[in-house]
Amino acid sequence: MKMYEILSKRKLNHDITWLVIYAPMVARKAKPGQFIILLTDEYGERIPLTMAGHNSEEGTIDLIYATVGRTTMLMDQMGEGDTFFSIVGPLGKPTHMEGLKRVCVVGGGTGNALAYPIAAGMHNHGIQVDMISGFKNKDLVILEEEFTANTDRTFVVTDDGSYKEKAFTTDKLKSLLAEGNEYDEIIAVGPPIMMKLICQIAQEAGIPCVASLTAYMIDGTGMCGGCRASIGGEDKFVCVDGPEFDGTLVDWDELIQRNSYYREQEAHDREHVCRLTGGVRYYD
Amino acid sequence: MINLVNEKNPMPEQKPDVRNKNFLEVAEGYTEDMAVREALRCLQCRKHPCTSGCPVSVRIPEFVSKIAEGEFEEAYQIIKTTNSLPAVCGRVCPQENQCEGKCVRGVKGEPVGIGRLERFAADWHAANFGDEEIEPAQSNGHKVAVIGAGPAGLSCAGDLVNKGYEVTVFESLHKTGGVLVYGIPEFRLPKAIVAAEVKALEAKGVKFVTDAVVGRSVTVDELMEDGFESVFIGTGAGLPSFMKIPGENLLGVCSANEYLSRINLMKAYLPEYDTPIMHGNKIAVVGGGNVAMDAARCAKRMGAEDVYIIYRRSAEEIPARAEEIHHAVEEGIDFRYLTNPVQVVGDENGYVTGIECVKMELGEPDASGRRRPIEIKDSNFILEVDTVIMSIGTKLNKLILETTENLEANDRGGIGVDGKAATNRPGIFAGGDAVTGAATVIKAMGAGKVAAAGIDEFLSK
Repeated sequence: MKMYEILSKRKLNHDITWLVIYAPMVARKAKPGQFIILLTDEYGERIPLTMAGHNSEEGTIDLIYATVGRTTMLMDQMGEGDTFFSIVGPLGKPTHMEGLKRVCVVGGGTGNALAYPIAAGMHNHGIQVDMISGFKNKDLVILEEEFTANTDRTFVVTDDGSYKEKAFTTDKLKSLLAEGNEYDEIIAVGPPIMMKLICQIAQEAGIPCVASLTAYMIDGTGMCGGCRASIGGEDKFVCVDGPEFDGTLVDWDELIQRNSYYREQEAHDREHVCRLTGGVRYYD
Repeated sequence: MINLVNEKNPMPEQKPDVRNKNFLEVAEGYTEDMAVREALRCLQCRKHPCTSGCPVSVRIPEFVSKIAEGEFEEAYQIIKTTNSLPAVCGRVCPQENQCEGKCVRGVKGEPVGIGRLERFAADWHAANFGDEEIEPAQSNGHKVAVIGAGPAGLSCAGDLVNKGYEVTVFESLHKTGGVLVYGIPEFRLPKAIVAAEVKALEAKGVKFVTDAVVGRSVTVDELMEDGFESVFIGTGAGLPSFMKIPGENLLGVCSANEYLSRINLMKAYLPEYDTPIMHGNKIAVVGGGNVAMDAARCAKRMGAEDVYIIYRRSAEEIPARAEEIHHAVEEGIDFRYLTNPVQVVGDENGYVTGIECVKMELGEPDASGRRRPIEIKDSNFILEVDTVIMSIGTKLNKLILETTENLEANDRGGIGVDGKAATNRPGIFAGGDAVTGAATVIKAMGAGKVAAAGIDEFLSK
């Protein structure tokens, strides 16, 4: 096996792909909630991705990504046997599990991929886990089997009701709380706007709420400061202080704004794609 | 025969209005003729104070006299006995505070251009003997781990491999060189030079492991368990500081570390790289150090029309090297001295539109011995900018301290060491910015050398 080789690649839906990658240095220390930074090739960007799982014995890590920008489009072009230029990790602090008995994990869209190792990790740790897994519609549903097998209860909901229960994740959380379910902690992983709303509900119910943040970053060790976020009025670096924070303290509007900074350049990069090669960059 | 001209031989340079649009090296280097003429300015004085001003004790009068004799390769070999990175130091050392600051010729006129001569010798060697095969060093069987492939780590690894140690260098980024690669721009230090130095170390037998964050991928204690008998920690300065003023998280505010990394490490200035970058047209750089100068000069080269340096004290106190400031001014950087930001202002979408500053005046000297800047009341004004780069220093990274059993910190929060760079843990050494906080390349290299000697002594017992 070559370093950072893709050992398996599987499409979960139109946009979301599951990769298993040989990265023994990362795999031997990885814990749920931690992330890696990868480079597809010398000319690429360093992008952070939370690991969807790992296997220390086999030396592999799992990445589940949604095709949203240039780097993930490049990743779409790579196949089994291809190698990444660089993968560094595990980075960030692992998910906090000590002292928890019963939790509710809420995943939205692609966030479900990142919620999966957290939910499964907590379940394996002996914590009782309710999983709310929300999607726009039936075609986008991913990981249902995995969640069902690795949590106590999994509730799949869709915005339009095209699959299972018609509800937003926020509605489902409210109804679970209304039914009298008690949780030591609620963990939200998904689009910032969803995490913001889930945290509000948790706060009203007096339950601690943890959110897993994503941000632009370069090195992942605190050197660049690009990933800074306001947490309770203080600047924190998502890469070293996070990626999980008390969601009630996060300045969500600022985070949403900061994550949009390169949107124009990214859109330009995407449009730049197809003229010569039909791909983002041509691989021999 | 001594050359009695009072000024240094001028350094050939790209013209300011040409170079501020490209990333090619600003200073083009001496020709053989110029180098010999400059070397002849050295008096070969008996006390050679220059050497005492050098953190790695380069045998300056000896190598300068070899250049004067036209024995350029010998000059290089003399430098190389104590300095593992001459081509780097000749370019980025603050010579005016070190060797050249002590030069007797500086009393009346300009000191000997020691830095320029060092660079000349290194470049001459690379051009004429750069392809020579390097013999791998003979192993003494002892294994040492070096954490961080920056100036401290490279100089430590270089000294250790020459003594026969089997050295493995662990680097968290995907490229080796540390600040020489992510921080210092191409136009001051071409990256090919750093790559050549690393290649030479590899040829001698040093192993480099990139993508390895010690403290996360592997801990210092695990390295010791894995058979490394000694570890050197040279992880650099760490986290960028911000001013803690309103508006610092607006879109268009970043640290100099981030801005420089996007440009130097991630090559945002080259079209074939994907790296996005803030394409500001009016950019304010806050701070007066060398890093601030690098950021400002990069900003100009990235196409910004107006680039300001905002510094709260006066030109007297500014900490950047005189040469950097001179170059920055030539390239059209607008220096706003005695000016301090109070907030960054933005539009309704969160994009920076300006930086509100207050005028300062100098009062009595403070703890640093420099006159303390005091705000002038009601002197606030807004400088219209679309990008703000904060370059006001760094805080120490705690990762290694937090993940290494019983490793003690010093009172500044860095890793605590004694005069031989030894920490409180036997076999673990540290040096460079990870110990001192942000300093210079050459000081980090000096610390790497001290640690290499300490490690050798420790493992020879």
